Amino acid sequence: MTEPEINFSLAKQFGLLEDEYERIIKILGRTPTYTELGIFSVMWSEHCSYKNSILQLKTLPRSGGRLLVGAGEENAGLVDIGDGLAVAFKIESHNHPSAVEPYQGAATGVGGILRDIFTMGARPIAALNSLRFGKISNGKAGETVETVSTVSTAGRSKFLFKNVVKGIGDYGNCFGVPTISGEVYFEECYQDNPLVNAMAVGIVKHNESATATASGVGNPVFIVGSSTGKDGIHGATFASEEISEESESKRPNVQVGDPFTEKLLLEATLEVIRSGAVVGIQDMGAAGITCSTSEMSAKGKCGMEINLDLVPLRDENMSAYEIMLSESQERMLVVVEKGKEQIAIDIFDKWDLNCVEIGKITEEEKVKIYYKGKLEADVPPYDLVLGGGAPVYKREIKEPAYFKDKRAFDLNSVKEPEDLNKVLLTLLSSPNIANKKWVYEQYDYQVRTNTVILPGGDASVIRLKDTDKALSVKVDCNGRYVYLDPYKGGMIAVCESARNVACTGAKPLAITNCLNFGNPYNPEVYYQFSEAIRGIGDACRILETPVTGGNVSFYNQSQDYAVYPTPVIGMLGLIEDVDKIMTSYFKKEGDIILILGKPVDENSIKNDIGGSEYINTIHGLTEGNSPDIDTEFEKKLQEVILKLTDERLVNSAHDISDGGLAVALAECCIMDPENMTGCEINIEYSGRKDFRLFAETQSSIIISADPGNIKKILEIAEMYSVNVKETGITKGNRFKINTEIDLPLREIAEGYYNSIKNIMEV
Amino acid sequence: MYISKINISLRKTILDPQGKAIEHSLKSLGFEPIVDTRIGKYIELKIDAVSKQEAEKISEEACKKLLANPVMEDFTFEVTEIGGTE
Amino acid sequence: MAGVKAGVVVFPGSNCDHDIYYILKHIMNTDTEFLWHKEQGIGDRNLIILPGGFSFGDYLRCGAAAKFSPVMNEVIRFANNGGVVIGICNGFQVLCETGLLPGVLLRNENLKFVCKTVTLKVENNKSIFTGDYEIKEEINIPVAHGEGNYYCDSNTHMELVGNNQILFRYTDNPNGSLDDIAGIQNINRNVFGMMPHPERASDKILGNTDGYRFFKSVVESIQ
Repeated sequence: MTEPEINFSLAKQFGLLEDEYERIIKILGRTPTYTELGIFSVMWSEHCSYKNSILQLKTLPRSGGRLLVGAGEENAGLVDIGDGLAVAFKIESHNHPSAVEPYQGAATGVGGILRDIFTMGARPIAALNSLRFGKISNGKAGETVETVSTVSTAGRSKFLFKNVVKGIGDYGNCFGVPTISGEVYFEECYQDNPLVNAMAVGIVKHNESATATASGVGNPVFIVGSSTGKDGIHGATFASEEISEESESKRPNVQVGDPFTEKLLLEATLEVIRSGAVVGIQDMGAAGITCSTSEMSAKGKCGMEINLDLVPLRDENMSAYEIMLSESQERMLVVVEKGKEQIAIDIFDKWDLNCVEIGKITEEEKVKIYYKGKLEADVPPYDLVLGGGAPVYKREIKEPAYFKDKRAFDLNSVKEPEDLNKVLLTLLSSPNIANKKWVYEQYDYQVRTNTVILPGGDASVIRLKDTDKALSVKVDCNGRYVYLDPYKGGMIAVCESARNVACTGAKPLAITNCLNFGNPYNPEVYYQFSEAIRGIGDACRILETPVTGGNVSFYNQSQDYAVYPTPVIGMLGLIEDVDKIMTSYFKKEGDIILILGKPVDENSIKNDIGGSEYINTIHGLTEGNSPDIDTEFEKKLQEVILKLTDERLVNSAHDISDGGLAVALAECCIMDPENMTGCEINIEYSGRKDFRLFAETQSSIIISADPGNIKKILEIAEMYSVNVKETGITKGNRFKINTEIDLPLREIAEGYYNSIKNIMEV
Repeated sequence: MYISKINISLRKTILDPQGKAIEHSLKSLGFEPIVDTRIGKYIELKIDAVSKQEAEKISEEACKKLLANPVMEDFTFEVTEIGGTE
Repeated sequence: MAGVKAGVVVFPGSNCDHDIYYILKHIMNTDTEFLWHKEQGIGDRNLIILPGGFSFGDYLRCGAAAKFSPVMNEVIRFANNGGVVIGICNGFQVLCETGLLPGVLLRNENLKFVCKTVTLKVENNKSIFTGDYEIKEEINIPVAHGEGNYYCDSNTHMELVGNNQILFRYTDNPNGSLDDIAGIQNINRNVFGMMPHPERASDKILGNTDGYRFFKSVVESIQ
């Protein structure tokens, strides 16, 4: 191809701003080459540089506790769990690729996050995901046709949902990692901008972890894994734009995943790291060779000389620009210790993978790219990367105008329904609350035979063979709360994920986050962003769960509206004794049901009904404020539940969340479909019954316990000033709350377990 | 140099759920006249052989040995000569 | 159990190899080794397991490429000489592709991967694979596959029935399998394949041990 003239108008097409272009000229002392312009534009894109978010991210607690490396230092966070073991975990978005090609977009999202984990030397032991789509429930049953023009919006959402799930399943299942937990929400605001966030968790011995730092002048640099093709060129820039009709025509940007090659790459990578031949290693995600060479060099304060003629190519006639920016999947850059080349080559050969030396480490801090005898790029790595010379912006902030109306809305004006049985059944079968087995039964959630708590409950739990330990993991975010109050919503996302993990008997250790927002140049969006971060930071400090890293996804926005601000939290918890793992459902008749939490009153309930699933699903409104949250109290509550599970005083623990008290209690009855246990509940009302039953009051946990343990439970709760309210007993095969609600369990289970299937299939 | 274009399809007696699902979608888009839909695989081999006969023999063996399973699949192929080594 | 020398074949895309290994080695306490697919022989192994996974990515057909791995020559010879060979999930698909077991595994009828625990009925307990179960006993074993829909022609089916080769049937067919077939043995009764994963139901901590007796049956009959 003939390369166009380099000037600002070209740079603008690459997504660069005028002062950014001028800065490039200043850094280089000359006009960049075409390849260099591509390198700068992709490295300075939002996706790679975090230029509009890094100032906010730095306010988060990013070290301390059990963290072995600080946030952002390596491909993923690393947390000490004792016994010489560490957990690597991270969450990442693949929203834009999934919007145009849901199957491959989701699949390569999973592939990318798995590579981040095993590049650290950690074997992936669990995958999770957090998904958002437009509403699916108002279309025809089974309608999932892809042609946009001929189908309802619900049909389009179903098409995206179905293929995203299939993409995640096919990739993870073949790779051999259990997909053990997740969340799926359906809201109109995600109609044009679905969110697909994938998380992976891996385990590594302390002395076997790898670094993404290049070092050792003269050490050879290898490219390993798949060959390089033309796929995904400028994917990182693509992820930094709004979705528009043009996005459809950008389909070639979407990469295709190959989970089998990824599995080979996993085994070979772990083997080569253990062999001691590796100095540094980084996977090639966004911006491929460009990103890996510059980031590794910058981190190691060295340079690299790379000869692109040696890179194994899949397509003929590729230019230097295309090779540098290709986002072909399943590749890694490896710096090998000089003299140990053959060890690395033999290992990759065993797994039938490419392992080709393409350059070496140099002292001069320059990345020099040669191709066909020509120096195509000569750039200082430090100036390309986040934390180095990449631009950093502080954006304008403005409190969103909609707050006022939402908060002024009189929730008492909502009509009180007569038949609360019907309301409960409707909520339990609404897609946001209903059981997601239609989704997780397409994921192999048991491979590697470690999954102790299967998907479908609060958090999922995997045991660690050869130890007494287990990990509890959960992804969580209620975007509606964050929309109504970004600060409280951010805190709640952290608190709820921690509470979920604590309900399984695990101590929350650390989080990873995936921050999905609209266009950061919109001051209202940026307000949401900075307030949500403030909330996350405050909650993490109180709960002592530092942020290990994650990902920011802006531009989840179409012409006139953004998605709900959706900062998804991935929480990691540790269980020291696998025998003390706790589950959420009632176990047997004759147990006492108690609620741990804060005392509620008419005012608190009226606040906490705001933004609820009840107000949304039953009344079609998104009004009011987010529920209140007291992080100090949350911390005490979690200490109580951990103490109770540790002393084996409770038989089940489940927190109150979407759908409120009544839905949570119903879930306790039916969450073990093989052994459902009914209950009789007595509630003292103050104010409206519907509000009391469905308010999403935070920091509340429903437990069931043998009558003989109640005294002890009360004593422990009192030590921490946590209120305990005896609320009923487990009994029979009906679900009863006073006289308002009385339903057979099989009726509530029917909608809860089958509604998504009924919507998705004929 | 020869190109072998191979079609592999499920045997007629075997239920093809994928074909059925696609047919259902086509019908819902208004393609009423479509009465049957079968899904198969298309495989293209570039073969460096001395003659068309040899390329056909190689195609046949590849199908029998690996590409198709006779318990459930039928295959057909068409070999054409292409210029040079591209 | 000193008599058993188990070999778990590892294809590059196997992913249940460690699960089987763990059960045989640490729960059944047998002498167990991995056999890399590029190896030419199976050494002194007297029980061969083909594990679940996606042997070679399974992009063409499940298990189709695996039969050409060097180690498979020896496994086929071993089986033809009466050696005990078990294929689970992808291993079952490989056994069908090699012809050690009749039939083939098609794509699930509903076109979706399915991961859940299903109920199996023990149809024949006079085999070395099911001796520890009661006849007609119902057991719960997880499945996890996209192509587990067993199919064979009607003559083969009649033979399977006539020779009592069907060892497990689904009580609630998850994939469209012919005659609810979940697991079959060959006519010589030394080769067995099943789609469900007994290794996922053999360890107390996972809450289900119905698969333990499958391994117990096999290990005890090889003693």
